[in-house]
Amino acid sequence: MNVPKDLLYSKEHEWVKKEGSQVRIGITDFAQDELGDIVFVEMPEVGDELEVDEPFGSVESVKTVSELYAPISGKIVEVNEELEDSPEFVNESPYDKAWMVTVEPADEAELDQLLTSEQYEEITEQD
Amino acid sequence: MSELKRTPLFPVYKEFGAKTVDFGGWELPVHFSGIKQEHETTRTKAGLFDVSHMGEIAVKGPKSLEFLQKMTTNDVAKLTPNRAQYTMMCYSDGGTVDDFIVYMLGEDDYLLVVNAANTEKDYEWMVKNNDFPEAELTIENVSDQYVQLAVQGPEAEAILQSVTETNLSEIKFFRFVQDVYFSSINDPAIVSRTGYTGEDGFEIYFPAASGVALWHLILEAGKEKGIQPIGLGARDTLRFEANLALYGQELSPEITPIEAGLKFAVKVNKDASFFGKERLKEQAENGLQRKLAGIEMIDKGIPRHGYEIFHGEEKVGFVTSGTQSPTLNKNVGLALIRTDLAEDGTELEVQVRKRRLKAVVVPTPFYKRAK
Repeated sequence: MNVPKDLLYSKEHEWVKKEGSQVRIGITDFAQDELGDIVFVEMPEVGDELEVDEPFGSVESVKTVSELYAPISGKIVEVNEELEDSPEFVNESPYDKAWMVTVEPADEAELDQLLTSEQYEEITEQD
Repeated sequence: MSELKRTPLFPVYKEFGAKTVDFGGWELPVHFSGIKQEHETTRTKAGLFDVSHMGEIAVKGPKSLEFLQKMTTNDVAKLTPNRAQYTMMCYSDGGTVDDFIVYMLGEDDYLLVVNAANTEKDYEWMVKNNDFPEAELTIENVSDQYVQLAVQGPEAEAILQSVTETNLSEIKFFRFVQDVYFSSINDPAIVSRTGYTGEDGFEIYFPAASGVALWHLILEAGKEKGIQPIGLGARDTLRFEANLALYGQELSPEITPIEAGLKFAVKVNKDASFFGKERLKEQAENGLQRKLAGIEMIDKGIPRHGYEIFHGEEKVGFVTSGTQSPTLNKNVGLALIRTDLAEDGTELEVQVRKRRLKAVVVPTPFYKRAK
C-alpha cells in the first residue's frame, strides 16, 4: 500500500497536500483499492465552500457510491476536470493524476488535526 | 453479529487475489482482478464462479408434483427428468417469496436451487404450506451437501469438455445430465446448461468435499483459453446487462413477477391453483399499474438501487438496479415505473442524491449475446 510520507491524511481516506497557501485533496491508494474500478467522480464547483467532515462529492465504483468528506474547511479554487472523462485515474494514479480539488483553507489549524503518514498507515492496518 | 458463513471454496479465494465481502451473511469474493476486467473476460472468454452459497432444497415423494404446482408459478407438469425450469414462489397477494430453478431429477424427485439469503425463508414457507404426511412428501434443506460452480462464457463448453467424457454439446438450454464425471475426480456431478450472465455456460452441482479439486481442475483446463475466477461484482453486472432479475431488487415481497416482466414463468392458465394466482392472472390479463423498464442516463450520473424516479414533480417509480454497464460503457438502470411512462423514449428524472438528473426509457436487455 502506497502512503507517501509528505502528505497528510484524514480518517475518511483522503490525502491532503500543502502547496504554498493552498492544499490539494484526493483519495488514498488504500481507498481506491477498497473501492475497485472507479467509473464516476462527482465533484463540487470552483467557488463552493467545503466544511470539514461534510460531504463535498462522491466517487462511484461499478458497485457502490462513496461520499467524499472534506478533510478541512475552505473555498474551492480549482477542480480536476479531467476526472469527469477519466475516472480511472483514481485507480491508476491516486496521488498524482487523480487529485480532486485545490482549496484555500479557511483555518490553517485544521491541518494540524490531520494524520501523518505513520498514523494513517496504522488505521489502514486495522481495517 | 454472528460469524459469516463460508463455502468449501473459501480457502482458495486468497490464492487468486480475492477481496471478500459480507453478502447476506456469507463471506464471498466481490472481485479477484477487478469487476470490469472479470466482466469482459466472461463476455469474451470464460469465467469460473463459486456460487456454492446458493441454497438447495430437495422435494420428494408421490405428492411432490402436486405440491410444487401449488407453490410455484410456472407449470412443473411440463418438466420431464433431466429438465430444469425457472420459476417463482409467491405469496397469496402475488408478492414474490423467491425466484429459483426447479431441477427434475426423476419421478417424484425435485431439487430447487434457491437464492442464498432466501433459503431458510423458502424452506419455512414450503413446510408451513405442506399438508401431506411424510410418506407422501418430504422437504429437506440440503444446501450444505453441494458445491455449486458456474462456468460461463463463449469458451465454457470447450473448457469443460476437455475434462469430461460426457458429451456436453448434447445438453440443451435448461437441460442437465446427472452422473457426469470429471477427469480424475471420483464424485458424480449434475451439469446443467444454465447460468446468470447472459452467456452460454454451465452450472455444476457437486459433493461439497470435492469442490476445491474441481475448481483447480477447471482453471487448469481453461488456462490457455483465458478462464479466470469471477467474483460477485461481475456476476451482478453480467446478470444486470442480460436483464436477469435479482431477488431483493427486481423482485421482492412488494413486487410481483408480472411487474418484473417475468410473465413467461407465470402460467396463470395452468389447472392447478397456486399462491398468488388470482392477483397475477388479473395483472397478466388486465394490465399493470407499474412495470419494469430500462433507463439510460442523459445527464452525467449513475442510477442506483432505490433511487427515486420523477416525471415533472410527481414521483413515478424507483430504480431496482443500476450501474455503469461495462459492455456498453453507459450509465443504465432497471426501474419499476408507472406503466404509461414505461414506453421507450419517455424522458424521466432520477433523483441522484441532491440532484434530479435526466434519463430516458430504453429497451432491454442491455446486452444480448450473438448466437
